[in-house]
Amino acid sequence: MMQEHSTERLVRAAHIAEFSARHRLRWLEALPWVAAIAAYFVFPNYLALGAQILATILFVLSLDLVLGYAGIVTLGHAAFFGVGAYTAGMLAANGWGEPVSGLLVGGVAAAAVGLVSGAIVLRTSGLTLLMQTLVVAAMLYELANKAHRFTGGADGLQGMEMWPIFGTFRFDMFGNTAYFYCLVVLFLCWAAARNVVHSSFGRSLTGIRENVGRMHAIGAPVARRKLLIYTFSAALAGIAGGLIAQTTQFVGLGVLNLERSGMALIMLIIGGVGQLYGAFIGVPLYMIAQDRFAEVDPAYWYFWIGLSLVFIVVFLRGGVFGVVERLFGRGKSP
Amino acid sequence: MVLYLISVGLSVTMGLMGFVNLAHGAFAMIGGYLMTSLMSRYNVPFVLALTAAVVVVILISLILERLLYRRLYGGDELDQVLMTMGLIFISIASVTYIWGPITQPMQPPPALSGQIDLGFRTFPTYRTFLIVCGAVLVTLLWLTLERTRFGAQVRAAVDNLRMAQTIGINTSRLFATTFALGSGLAALGGALGAEILPITTFYAMDNLIYFLIVVAIGGLGSIRGPFFAALLIGVSDTAFKYVAPELGAFFIYALTMAILLWFPRGIFGRT
Repeated sequence: MMQEHSTERLVRAAHIAEFSARHRLRWLEALPWVAAIAAYFVFPNYLALGAQILATILFVLSLDLVLGYAGIVTLGHAAFFGVGAYTAGMLAANGWGEPVSGLLVGGVAAAAVGLVSGAIVLRTSGLTLLMQTLVVAAMLYELANKAHRFTGGADGLQGMEMWPIFGTFRFDMFGNTAYFYCLVVLFLCWAAARNVVHSSFGRSLTGIRENVGRMHAIGAPVARRKLLIYTFSAALAGIAGGLIAQTTQFVGLGVLNLERSGMALIMLIIGGVGQLYGAFIGVPLYMIAQDRFAEVDPAYWYFWIGLSLVFIVVFLRGGVFGVVERLFGRGKSP
Repeated sequence: MVLYLISVGLSVTMGLMGFVNLAHGAFAMIGGYLMTSLMSRYNVPFVLALTAAVVVVILISLILERLLYRRLYGGDELDQVLMTMGLIFISIASVTYIWGPITQPMQPPPALSGQIDLGFRTFPTYRTFLIVCGAVLVTLLWLTLERTRFGAQVRAAVDNLRMAQTIGINTSRLFATTFALGSGLAALGGALGAEILPITTFYAMDNLIYFLIVVAIGGLGSIRGPFFAALLIGVSDTAFKYVAPELGAFFIYALTMAILLWFPRGIFGRT
């Protein structure tokens, strides 16, 4: 009797140890940040591209939260990116150029759109859900296109003036400030996302992805949790959009179109879904390759990206991250 | 009507086979390109060019089905979305490579151009021809799927794949045929509609959302559904643009959203 009791306690302790181990930082996780800071010194002429890459990583990371963890297949994630970009952009163009608050307002606006649209859209599933997300993004695209007076319509939003960050760091023409600004924001958002994913809330999302029926059965509030992560992810996407708007000082209709949603999906797939780090691999790979190839001929670029996409889906499940993980013989953890 | 012609093909692949085929517009685009170039460069007669375009697209789709699509039947929606999106990109690049970035002109044959007098008012002949084509097609398809052995087999295989296999239906050949049918319809729609939906390199991407809306509203796997949905979208789009031009296509999307909330499986969807 006594013996049984102690084994039970041992098992419990092992479980707790396992759960807290999952949360602990591994040294490998520092790699992207080391690489990002190294890139600053190695490629000082590419900082503008670098800042864009960092902001896009954040966007793709937010997509990974809904797609990879909660299993919500969306084709309209650009909606939130666009709302964030336009909000931050319009603030700056109308005389409030303070970057950090602009970014926060962009994030909040995107979250609000995420909350409202999610409350409607997430009632459906499968193909219908896909269509609904697509339609939400298309609606916002039309709005931005038609509200010419506020958004500049097809000409894009111009005349943004950014104030220095905290009144000291001025946005310079070489993109030094922009790069570090994006890096810091990405780091903060990543830390938040990592916490969410490893929390019990994050685990329950994985549960919803793997088996909705069972999660319902054990009494998890599935709908509310999905909506919560959708909103959180929308906020991150909005911040990413705001970053792009502030660093490039231009917002075009392109931030809202289907292509941007699709590209984000592609970058995530190249990197690996549901790993939190897929974005850190996929986005630089994609954007650097695009920068190189597009100089030669944009049409060829489409061919290669299409081919690699088909190849990844059919032969290389799990993207780059999945392949690396398989090479080192680790099982699929999340 | 063009929307219908293309979308009904998509309804066949997506609805009957349960495959999210975003590359459907690519098949329509290739059909359009083939026909316009056959007609304008080699002076092939209209009907012959149309037939050739449809046949070639069917062949291409059969190859793709065997190589790629087959692997993802019954798989993850995400994988299907991604793979077909990859196909769209490949098609954009290939088309730009072969035909260049310029929009392909489309001249209807002399017999079909000009106006037709129907007594109370005149209509452009070619558009009337399109409408007649659509009506014929919807009847033919409906008869095929509802009244023939082939149609019964397709419906059986979709409803219960294992059972269909057990009673000796060659499902892999059946799906290949169905897929080819869907793509052929796309090519037909793309080629016939080249006058109204101009054939450009980004055709598959730009029109994707319209095709999807029509299929989703109409209901998957239904032949009548997309027909009515295309009508609904066409009429209401024109009406809204007339009433409130400053809002553009906004209403269509709002309408789609509302309908999909009401009927998640489309108005004529099978449950």
